[in-house]
Amino acid sequence: MELNAVTIGFFVFTILTLGGGLGVVTTRNLFQGTIWLMVSLFGVAGYFVLLSAPFLAAVQVLVYIGAIAILITFAVMLTRSVTRINERYIRTIPSFVASLALFLVLLFGITVPIFGDYPSEMAPTVVMTTRDLGVALVEGNGYVAPFLLASVLLTAAMIGAIFIARDEDS
Amino acid sequence: MDELCTGLCKFMVESGADAGLAQFASLLVGVLLVSGVPLLTVIILIWVERKVAARIQDRIGPNRVGPLGLMQTFADLLKLLGKEDITPTSADRVLYNAAPLVSFASVVLIWVVVPFTPFHFGVDLEIGALYFVAIASLGTLAIMTAGWASNNKYALLGAFRVVALLVSYEVPLVFALLAPVMLAGSMSMLDIVNAQTGMWFVVLSPLAFVIFYISSQAETGRAPFDLIEAESELVAGFNIEYSGMKFGMFFAAEFLHVFTNGILMALLFFGGWMGPLYYESPLIAFAWLGLKGTIIYLTTLWLRNTVPRLRIDQIMAFNWKFLVPLSIANLILLSAALKILQELGIAPRDMLSAGFVDVLPTTIIMLLINLVMVAYLLGILRRHGQEFRRASQANQRTLAQAASGAGD
Repeated sequence: MELNAVTIGFFVFTILTLGGGLGVVTTRNLFQGTIWLMVSLFGVAGYFVLLSAPFLAAVQVLVYIGAIAILITFAVMLTRSVTRINERYIRTIPSFVASLALFLVLLFGITVPIFGDYPSEMAPTVVMTTRDLGVALVEGNGYVAPFLLASVLLTAAMIGAIFIARDEDS
Repeated sequence: MDELCTGLCKFMVESGADAGLAQFASLLVGVLLVSGVPLLTVIILIWVERKVAARIQDRIGPNRVGPLGLMQTFADLLKLLGKEDITPTSADRVLYNAAPLVSFASVVLIWVVVPFTPFHFGVDLEIGALYFVAIASLGTLAIMTAGWASNNKYALLGAFRVVALLVSYEVPLVFALLAPVMLAGSMSMLDIVNAQTGMWFVVLSPLAFVIFYISSQAETGRAPFDLIEAESELVAGFNIEYSGMKFGMFFAAEFLHVFTNGILMALLFFGGWMGPLYYESPLIAFAWLGLKGTIIYLTTLWLRNTVPRLRIDQIMAFNWKFLVPLSIANLILLSAALKILQELGIAPRDMLSAGFVDVLPTTIIMLLINLVMVAYLLGILRRHGQEFRRASQANQRTLAQAASGAGD
């Protein structure tokens, strides 16, 4: 493998992503766990930059870092003790099976299109810009239907949350 | 040349310089500007802030160290560096020390996409405006981390308030930011400034500017939104345990953030470096940007030192019941009007190459739309005010009756 800026970047972001993920599952401190999660998500944003998708990278940082701050708030407010957690997680075997299954699905899903007998046209060769992304979301033969559906779903969820949180008499 | 050669580099290559040398020089100037300008201005900003606050409160302000007290900041800096660097024994050592660094970095990183002149900038990102929002959200996290890692109940309470305040006001901020992005048809800061050659965006969408101004005042935690600090109730809030230069970092970040917002508003709404003779020399362009940014910055200081602090429920109600609906309505109206005008052939399809005359009809129509919206809003506000006054008067009357009844 050629050692250039992209390769070094890839290694750095891989260390961030995997190391952060490892930190999330090994630390016994809830707050530090969320910070590790942030490190991991930051690594993913780095991948997006390497793949020439700066828009996705910025959205990754915006949505997830913003969400992490809220996640921390809930972690601190809703748990009895953030730092001294003594309970051990006991369902190791189901978790192991589930994560292994997910890993295999991802492994085959990613490697088969690359190494299998599929024609190479399936992999996009053109680097997409933010404009292309926007056009694909609103174009008739693009992703306009899923986009609208997702919007309606999110709005419904939000209205539902407000309705549940409302006082009965007001 | 490849896409790395933009701005100054492109200009140098066009005037016959060596391509490699041009790229090196342009990158060097960009790095020096991005790292130097914010760090140098923050030293002056502290003096300006104290002097302006003093004048508004009918005091003189710093006046002992150096001429006009200009050296006061350096004296303070030495004092901060000399102070004992305390880490509470029960604090989370790593996160406690990392928080001030992240807080300051989140502000300095915004300057990466700030175009100082048409040729001098850190980098011209295709997603400049979105980058600014993404980086700004790091600041929230730094404050939350500081509050929690201090292991102090006042610090944590302050941090909770911050998350509520900052996350809420990010919504209208982003909606208002979309107005210049939509008008320019690009998220690149350079394109947004260039698209204002014909007309400044503050004239095309004054409401978006007002919303951006209010929410950025809240994002920096300045009065009337200074719940983050709230000295009188939270004994300084999230940074109560910090001392010495670590405290100084939080303070420098806040001062710099206010000025950065001034510069951003100058870029997004006031045409950035546009002004008479800006094309003559990059220095004149730079001076125009600095002047516009400083004027906006001074108005925020004026506001900060004039209005009292709001309660948290008032702040939340104002945001979610007034500012967010307003920003969404403004965005929908603006985008619909812009599209209709473009289809009718009145508005130019490409703002980047549109002159003053091309944009004039659009400007008049947009201004009228904004005027109608403001008139409607004022009507709503007046009705609410009257209802509130009537309710409080009725309340007082019943109280008075009850008091006189008890006296009989």
